[in-house]
Amino acid sequence: MDVVDVSRWQFGITTVYHFILVPLTIGLAPMIAVMQTVWYVTGNEQWLRATKFFGKLFLINFALGVATGIVQEFQFGMNWSEYSRFVADVFGAPLALEGLVAFFLESTFIGLWIFGWDRLPKRLHLAAIWLVAIGVNASAYFIVAANSWMQHPVGVHWDPVRGRPAMDDFWAVITNNTTLAAFPHVIAGALLTASTFVAGIGCWWMARNMWRAKRLEDAADAAIDAEPVPDAVSPSHVDATPEQLRDDAHTLWRPVARFGLWLTVVAGVALFITGDFQAQIMFKQQPMKMAAAESLCESETGAGFSVLSIGRQNNCDNIDHVITAPGMLSFLADHRFDTRLQGVKELQAQYAKEFNKPEQNFAPNLFVTYWSFRAMITWAVGSALLAFAGLWFTRRKQVISSRRFGLFALWMLPAPFLANSSGWIFTEMGRQPWVVAPNWVDNLDPLRISMFVHNGVSRHTAGTVWVSLITLTLLYGILGLIWFGLQRRYVIEGPSARSDVASSSGDDADTDAPEQLSFAY
Amino acid sequence: MGLPEFWFVVIAVLFGGYFVLEGFDFGVGMLMPFIGRGHESGDTRRRVLLNTIGPVWDANEVWLLTAGGAMFAAFGGWYATLFSAMYFPLLLILVGLIVRVVSIEWRGKINDPRWRMWCDVGIGLGSWIPALLWGVAFANVVRGLPIDAEHQFTGSFFTLLNPYALLGGLTTLLVFATHGAVFLALKTTGVIRDDAARYAVRLSMAMLVVAGVFLLWTQLAYGKDWTWGPVVIAALAAVGAVAATLRRAEGLAFAATTIAIIGTVITLFGSLYPNVLPSTTNPAYNLTVENTSSSHYTLTIMTWAACFITPVVIAYQGWSYWVFRQRISIEQIPPSIGLPSLRA
Repeated sequence: MDVVDVSRWQFGITTVYHFILVPLTIGLAPMIAVMQTVWYVTGNEQWLRATKFFGKLFLINFALGVATGIVQEFQFGMNWSEYSRFVADVFGAPLALEGLVAFFLESTFIGLWIFGWDRLPKRLHLAAIWLVAIGVNASAYFIVAANSWMQHPVGVHWDPVRGRPAMDDFWAVITNNTTLAAFPHVIAGALLTASTFVAGIGCWWMARNMWRAKRLEDAADAAIDAEPVPDAVSPSHVDATPEQLRDDAHTLWRPVARFGLWLTVVAGVALFITGDFQAQIMFKQQPMKMAAAESLCESETGAGFSVLSIGRQNNCDNIDHVITAPGMLSFLADHRFDTRLQGVKELQAQYAKEFNKPEQNFAPNLFVTYWSFRAMITWAVGSALLAFAGLWFTRRKQVISSRRFGLFALWMLPAPFLANSSGWIFTEMGRQPWVVAPNWVDNLDPLRISMFVHNGVSRHTAGTVWVSLITLTLLYGILGLIWFGLQRRYVIEGPSARSDVASSSGDDADTDAPEQLSFAY
Repeated sequence: MGLPEFWFVVIAVLFGGYFVLEGFDFGVGMLMPFIGRGHESGDTRRRVLLNTIGPVWDANEVWLLTAGGAMFAAFGGWYATLFSAMYFPLLLILVGLIVRVVSIEWRGKINDPRWRMWCDVGIGLGSWIPALLWGVAFANVVRGLPIDAEHQFTGSFFTLLNPYALLGGLTTLLVFATHGAVFLALKTTGVIRDDAARYAVRLSMAMLVVAGVFLLWTQLAYGKDWTWGPVVIAALAAVGAVAATLRRAEGLAFAATTIAIIGTVITLFGSLYPNVLPSTTNPAYNLTVENTSSSHYTLTIMTWAACFITPVVIAYQGWSYWVFRQRISIEQIPPSIGLPSLRA
């Protein structure tokens, strides 16, 4: 592999890794803020337990999200210095603003939230988590705006003196229609991830409590003096009576799960609408990406949506469409069944002529784009299944007591993560071979304001980049395993006992009295 | 002063803020193995150290991310050449920062001595490595790198390991260690405060010698007439730090190390200007404020944003320091609430 390939793998691995953690952070922060708000307003202690329980999981995730995010800030300069020079005028601004507006906000107030349980008045402490939630979402906006500019550059003109695009309309850059379509889609995906996470864990605990209560009662009825709970992994709940377990299932886990399940439905609808909107923009602005995603090789009027195709190679010559929904692809493109869509071959010929580069392949990897697009949609179905089944089984004050459904809920947790990754892999690999895609629609000097990926890479040897690729992959791999292990332990441990959560707050004595800190690392 | 010059100052301020605030974070991390060692309550002592920076270290680190972003936005050419040239030092710094973040956050999650030992190793690595390498990197920026006409770095990793740069690394290492010890003495009570004060005395003396030589070398080799000012101020502050730590005037000592760091940063950036990265190959190939800056329009937008948002950021970050201003003692550390180890 040459330096371009190694650098691409390196960026892909570190970014996909980062974005496993990011959606959970973006989605879970507002969900925790809502939980804490409900506790603040109603005084219902169960919501405080939920806040603290999901707060722990949130922080375990937040740490690794921050750690993997640091690398991203420097990678552009390290591995893509030619690209950085080319786009510095536009691309740096959202990055700097992300740091200034969002990173400072979230990192300062997460510290105040973690350590401020008994230092801050309740109202300020609640404001802290809301500001964290705003910070993580604002950060997503800026970085999506930066990414969208690479997909669809706007707000610039060609500067012949410097030989690169110069920004002339910052407002256009941050209100890029690609950004306005991508940001809600990303946020909806993040909410789907977090709501599935909360709903899945809530359903599992609900089922677990009911099941354990039944086991305890059966054991008591049979007067067997054996160990009552064989699967007692969480020490704080071993002593719980069947009544307490049932009560928690009804008053803690059912509301928490239904909060997650309803949000999953809302996020799913939002994903559908924003995805449709995004697809229509993409058909106009990046026709090659969409043609590749549908493996639409020949231009067609009233093109069909390929549900399944078989292709041995990454090219147009041996793809067989097995199942096709007629006219659907044209409908996706602009809501008419008879629109003519350009295929990969026609677009290839057109670009080769415009750029006068007959040797250049202008199509992305057809195999990856085709399957990542389908994987994204398919994985999202996992969350939908959980949402509909969960809402049905908890209708009219019912609780879930089926152990099998509890396990099913847990098994659905990875689905939205995989959907997010698939979506980003599609978006980013569909942009190939461009790092800055030419903008034909706004006629923005596309021949010059565009850049091939192989022109954006730093002039390192492949060996140099191999070192960072291997180092970061190994490090991330190890940390990923630890992250998973910690999340698993803390999910199984469950929320703290009721007697533990009540804490007095707002009593800010400024003596050196050795009163213990409410939280310490 | 034009906008490019203004943004050169902004970058200097951001890195200065980063070194002042993360400086004591690194120092605390570097001192954790020492101040916690050899006592029965070793682990509690280490937790006292960690919790002095607990609520604030994350936001301190953001100064670096914002400095990086601002460099990209205002001086894209500088960002591109510098970060691709400093490839391996930067990679090591990033690895250090990554393991430090997760070690700090995950340390208390599992109540097991071996788990905590590994986290302490991570905090140590993540404090020692960047504390050393930031000095190496910045000394090399002032000294210059082999850069060709196309602004490409033509050296290797070993180009970066010259005596001046290594002295720079030793300087930041000692300055940050001293800054951390002084900060600890200011933020704790009881035995930790006494221990930290003892370390602060010894470290500040070593700092005075090494930083003095480094500053003098910088001034004589790369300085301008006016940079004698910050050099003298930094040197006086270092002397003041020694005197204050001997008298255990903790507030003064912290002010002194802070001024020493700011003076050093002004000296380095002042010596650099109007270059942002000199070429040792040919002065004609220097990267300068002029030839790497972004367009006037971009800088104008960024200036408006910075002027409106920065005061707000400084206000709430300052407030968070105010909220957590109390000193911490061993008695205040609650028992670990981490889950037990799975190993029987």
